[in-house]
Amino acid sequence: MTVDALQARFRPGDRVQVRRAYPLGHVRTPWYIRGHHGVIERLCGAYPNPEELAYARDGLPRQPLYRVRFLQRDVWPDYAANAHDTVDIEIYQHWLEPDERGVP
Amino acid sequence: MSDQHDHPHETSPDGAEHLTYHQAMEIAVRELLVEKGLLSAGEIRRQVEDMDGRNAGLGAKLVARAWVDPAYKARVFENGNAAAEEVGLDHGAYKLVVVENTPQVHNVIVCTLCSCYPRWLLGLPPDWYKSRNYRSRVVREPRTVLHEFGLDLPEHVTVRVHDSTADMRYLVLPMRPAGTEGWSEERLATLATRDSMIGVALADSPGS
Repeated sequence: MTVDALQARFRPGDRVQVRRAYPLGHVRTPWYIRGHHGVIERLCGAYPNPEELAYARDGLPRQPLYRVRFLQRDVWPDYAANAHDTVDIEIYQHWLEPDERGVP
Repeated sequence: MSDQHDHPHETSPDGAEHLTYHQAMEIAVRELLVEKGLLSAGEIRRQVEDMDGRNAGLGAKLVARAWVDPAYKARVFENGNAAAEEVGLDHGAYKLVVVENTPQVHNVIVCTLCSCYPRWLLGLPPDWYKSRNYRSRVVREPRTVLHEFGLDLPEHVTVRVHDSTADMRYLVLPMRPAGTEGWSEERLATLATRDSMIGVALADSPGS
């Protein structure tokens, strides 16, 4: 039996790291955020994988999609403004790994 | 006309000989869809007309209701699409995430990858929203970009940039301007401008 949607691996508040990967083709994970650490803000649902849809495949099973919150000063080392400023980005589950650094 | 009329004519008054790859592709796909009977030219025209007719006055209805009705505002954050329908707007094909500006937090929307935008609520995105300048800089130096739009936020306000990279579409719920106590929703909606719902401006003040 085909699985329609993959199970969500992360919950809001979980600390994650974006995979540092550079595959060719249609990718929705912006270059600037790869490898960075953030926190799951919410689970948005599960959606067909756009990396597959872009090549006329069905994109199934659907990938859980999260909004992940990153601190600007973690993303840009020279970010001098408010230390709480964030960039929140939608990232599909297959681009996320648990943050292995432990709770800071 | 003379019988010696053999010079080449200008056949593309809009400069079609300079079509980009994707412009040519759009025309080719559109003509194929019509030729194969999947869509009619009239249906395509109607969709273009509908899209061109949309503007930020739609999103402003949602904002104005949220300003006057706290229970509705809570529903906006729970399920933006259903909340849009509640005020007579389209549900939308994408999931709507509404983010709230407060005295402590200011939100601003971008799509760094392309130009994702809640078109069914705001109309077509402005040219600057699609520019590489805005897309690359607002995630990198949001306060500088906001300053260039004439918006200087106090340092203690947290700035949240939302990069619309996938299946969500975002709308900022701006703060209700002071001096609007007792205003009707219709009147309040005139203060909720397009740019305030993208987050590069505050809602207009009465009399501004």
